[in-house]
Amino acid sequence: MNKYLLYPGCSMDSSARAYLESLNTILEPLDLQLDEIEDWNCCGATEYLGINLIPAYSLIARNLALATKQMDSVNGTGGTRTVITPCSACYLNLAKADHYMQERPALGAKVNEALSAGGLEYKPGTLDVRHLLDILVYDIGLDAIKRKVTRPLNGLKVVPYMGCMLPRPDYKHRWSDHEHPTELDDLLRALGADVIDYPLTTECCGGHMTQIGPETAFELIRRLIAGAHERGAYLMAAVCPMCQLNIDAYQLETNRFFHTHYHMPILFFTQLMGLAFGREPAELGIGAELVSARNALAHIGVEVPVTQEPATPRKKDEGLPMPRRWTRHEEKEAVK
Amino acid sequence: MPQMTDERVRAGLNREEDLSLLNEVSVKTAGVSHLEMCIQCGTCGGSCPAAMDMDHTPRMLFAMLRAGMREEVLRSNTPWICVSCYHCVVRCPQEVHIADVMYTLKGMAIKVKLYSDSTAPHFSQTFVDMVETYGRSFELGLASRHYLKHFPLRLPGIMPMGFGMLTKGRIDVAPRRIKQMKQLKAILSRAKKLELTS
Amino acid sequence: MTERVGVYVCHCGSNIAGVVDVVDVANWAAEKLGRRGVIIARDYKFMCSSLGQELIEKDIKELGLTRIVVAACSPHLHEKTFRIAAKNAGLNPYLVELASIREQVSWVHTDKAVATAKAKAVVSGAVSRVIENQALEEIKVPINPNTLIVGGGIAGIQAALEIANAGFHVYLVEREPSIGGHMSQFDKTFPTLDCSACILTPRMVEAGTHPNITLLTWSEVTKVTGYVGNFNVTIKKKARFVNEELCTGCGICQEKCPKKVIDEVYEAGLGYRKAVYTPFAQAVPNFPVMDKENCTYFIKGTCKACEKFCPTGAIDFKQEDQLINLDVGNVILATGYDLFDARRVRNDGYGRLPNVFTSLEFERLSNAAGPTNGNIVLRDGKSTPKSVGIIHCVGSRDRNFNNYCSVICCMQGLKFAHLVHERTGATVYNFYIDMRTAYKAYDEFYQRVLEEGTLFVRGKVAEVTDAARNEREKGKLIIQVEDTLASKQRRIPVDMVILSSGLQPRRDSKDVGKLFGISCSTDGWFTEKHPKLDPVATMTEGIFIAGCAQGPKDIPSSVAQGAAASARVLDKILQKEVALEPVRASVDKATCSGCRICNGLCPFNAISFIEDDQVTEINPALCQGCGTCVAACPAGAISGTGFSNEQIIAQIDGLLMKNLEMV
Repeated sequence: MNKYLLYPGCSMDSSARAYLESLNTILEPLDLQLDEIEDWNCCGATEYLGINLIPAYSLIARNLALATKQMDSVNGTGGTRTVITPCSACYLNLAKADHYMQERPALGAKVNEALSAGGLEYKPGTLDVRHLLDILVYDIGLDAIKRKVTRPLNGLKVVPYMGCMLPRPDYKHRWSDHEHPTELDDLLRALGADVIDYPLTTECCGGHMTQIGPETAFELIRRLIAGAHERGAYLMAAVCPMCQLNIDAYQLETNRFFHTHYHMPILFFTQLMGLAFGREPAELGIGAELVSARNALAHIGVEVPVTQEPATPRKKDEGLPMPRRWTRHEEKEAVK
Repeated sequence: MPQMTDERVRAGLNREEDLSLLNEVSVKTAGVSHLEMCIQCGTCGGSCPAAMDMDHTPRMLFAMLRAGMREEVLRSNTPWICVSCYHCVVRCPQEVHIADVMYTLKGMAIKVKLYSDSTAPHFSQTFVDMVETYGRSFELGLASRHYLKHFPLRLPGIMPMGFGMLTKGRIDVAPRRIKQMKQLKAILSRAKKLELTS
Repeated sequence: MTERVGVYVCHCGSNIAGVVDVVDVANWAAEKLGRRGVIIARDYKFMCSSLGQELIEKDIKELGLTRIVVAACSPHLHEKTFRIAAKNAGLNPYLVELASIREQVSWVHTDKAVATAKAKAVVSGAVSRVIENQALEEIKVPINPNTLIVGGGIAGIQAALEIANAGFHVYLVEREPSIGGHMSQFDKTFPTLDCSACILTPRMVEAGTHPNITLLTWSEVTKVTGYVGNFNVTIKKKARFVNEELCTGCGICQEKCPKKVIDEVYEAGLGYRKAVYTPFAQAVPNFPVMDKENCTYFIKGTCKACEKFCPTGAIDFKQEDQLINLDVGNVILATGYDLFDARRVRNDGYGRLPNVFTSLEFERLSNAAGPTNGNIVLRDGKSTPKSVGIIHCVGSRDRNFNNYCSVICCMQGLKFAHLVHERTGATVYNFYIDMRTAYKAYDEFYQRVLEEGTLFVRGKVAEVTDAARNEREKGKLIIQVEDTLASKQRRIPVDMVILSSGLQPRRDSKDVGKLFGISCSTDGWFTEKHPKLDPVATMTEGIFIAGCAQGPKDIPSSVAQGAAASARVLDKILQKEVALEPVRASVDKATCSGCRICNGLCPFNAISFIEDDQVTEINPALCQGCGTCVAACPAGAISGTGFSNEQIIAQIDGLLMKNLEMV
């Protein structure tokens, strides 16, 4: 049994309910146990940091402090130091607080001074803050996931959308790349999906700009949707409630703003996992999206063979060879 | 002596360079900002997905910080347009904590009320108010307060979306509250008395 | 006998006097260290000046000084100066001791009172120590006139020719099948646009045919022992599977070889070679090598097409690696650089986007002898680009990769701009952070490229992408950058991107450094003895460095360093013998227990065991005075001349101000 502490974040109960529901369906097949941090509070999103620094970090750190209290009791055999978050913004805030409290001891001291007013304390470095996708790819493993697939998503053309706050700044170097990470691609491929190379995968969805500067946000949303559409995607896969919300809920407004007619559904990657594991759409919160995924999902379950482009033999000496693919191993070697 | 005209004031001819500004921003930023290491290469301005809506590119803003142009810097919309995507942060050849510097500048601008558009600061403040009241964010409360105040004209346009969210159960009608609100309030009120000074 | 000690405190202009109260130190030494034999203490503006030295010489003669302490800079700089001064006045040079109050005091402290107190302690230590010093005689050993040069790029070739022309023998060792190095891959050289091959090949041929040069290509140094004047090196000559005696270099084997592989070295991965190959037409020597990993015969056991067609029967599948042992007096390391691997900069898209090229790829692309016969085309092998973006500082001046400036990239970028403009008429952009064209005729070249119409954008490129946002960008590579002079973000669609990748130390530079006993900077470049005044020597006598192995540099600088290193070597050879520091370890046979713990530790193989006496002995000619055995000996039987226990303990006592009468 893989046990972790869970920091769900505010969206999981409301706008991203589908994320939570679908997550719950994959726990058992993957032998995962998530213990919610008791009485967790909001991480402050991207708002509190710009208002007042120490309160913002104290707000985040309260969660970390609560988690340390709980970490040893998670199971009988030594507990866990790992807190996982399904939301990229929460993930970054928690990871950032832990990181900066170490990098700048003065910050750590002030935050702990504040926490002490509530009888709490957090020693930076105590916890490992990780995102759900990280756990699934690196702890559970793609092979284990593959083994649970009963309904391969063959023929479902999907663009993996990682968003920005997950692969960056990546204080602990958990991801394969800041710019073009492949973890989500690999996972969706393990589900059998037809994964489209999506160069925009870590571009920003606009974040809170949908609320405060919609024209800025609409342009960012348009780029993402247009990019997915042009590459022939039926739908996008998200790893973050905010990304999903912006692209899903504001697609209509974006279309109206640019006089476009995009229809690009976006589902949480856990919803696609649930489908591949044989669950029914209704159990996975499918249908809660505003841009319906119905047509896109019509491709699943129908016998659609994987269409592979026949490799055309390259004319002798005509093209020039590409450099070898860059691997993580080489990255480590190069940095040595 | 000729009188300073408004134009001359705007051109910055009577500006006193505030050379403490750079250090002040650096100190107030979480982590070690490396702000003084900027080589003005423009990686940040080139990377920014929202640069088209900024009045100054981040690089330009850092040059102005160095030049001590306090008022111009704090009036800039750049920190408010920043979407915190961290593209510039990971690409910066000098490892400047650009996104966190933006947060610092927002905080400083709010303190002296030097922003040209109140939408963003008000949104942040409303959000923070919710969190300070309930311990959780409350999307319906936030959105309704915010849209009524800043985007009344957008309301008809987003009604279908709001309705969709409601019927699909994606918006809570009532706020959720954490149990230990008292503890959180104690922590935050202590935190508000603290500041990074060195 | 009581020693008569003179103490000389140097101001070093304001270098020392700015932080240390030198007058106070001198007065204090005269007053407080009198009991220990100090009979005179002086301070002087520049002790190393001839007047300063004369001061010491005069005092030795007139006051009958028997020991000298100079409180000044580090012994690295001026120990020799003051030893010569002592010698001139008739005093054994090893009775002089330097107290470093600059590097160890004034340069590292700001508090004047504390610095002055520390300076006094350092002087006190030196005085106590110098009293225990022994008069020593230099050890003279003959210098082997042969020289080993490692690396057959332009720096190594230059050094080899200089020494060979002076009449001395050179062994030029090269890892690749041919000498020529990176320069042989280039098309044109900046700023004069000389054809690289045209100016390089004559030098290669000269080196290949020179009676005083033995070429050892496809070879690597595996072991080095000995010391200046008397190195012994082992070289692994890898099997070529071609008999050099019989081969005429006709090239039939390459023509007939059915196995084609991507040439990752010479063609920078952009072209092909055969499994048996000479890397390029003008290769020196012109014998091919067989690449065992890719040869069909070695993989499957059949083929031997090369053998069948070779007119002279030169193919030899049974050839084995050969170990060659050489005695040389001096070594020049000119091992060059590796190109920064641009795939690491993910946002520039190299390796992901086909039409992003590295600088070395572009060199091959623009080279008439390259895979496209000098046609500048996209990776499809046929389309000519209509617009090209050249990106500077790829992997350089970036804390995420290499934090240093790679020196050549600005000029290289300008050269590329010129070539693209000349051959394709394409619109060319250069993206730079700072233009660095500081050298003779370099800035003029910049002007020329400006005049040709190349567009310059000041800004470090944020990303190269194929994600178009509009029709104008469709099918193009889009360079996203802040034009920092216009303070605007720009997206510039181009057909081709060239990355001016930086230079890096060789992947194995640290191992090579260790092999030859020299150190590397944290970046991995070989460390010179002095960054300004001794740029080609190293801290190890007899080992010299030249070219990019020492740090990024262009061709003129590499050639200059090659020549400079050879001059240093000739200086050593012409002296015929070298005076070795008499700092040596010796064994007190009476105390040696014969435990042999020290035997295996000596890095210079200077220790041997005398079976008859059951004691250990140290060969003074081989001993380098490193002190390893001294520290290891459990019986305390080994002592180092110049670093005896008495000297060290006296110095420590002196530093701690023991035995000092306080008034």
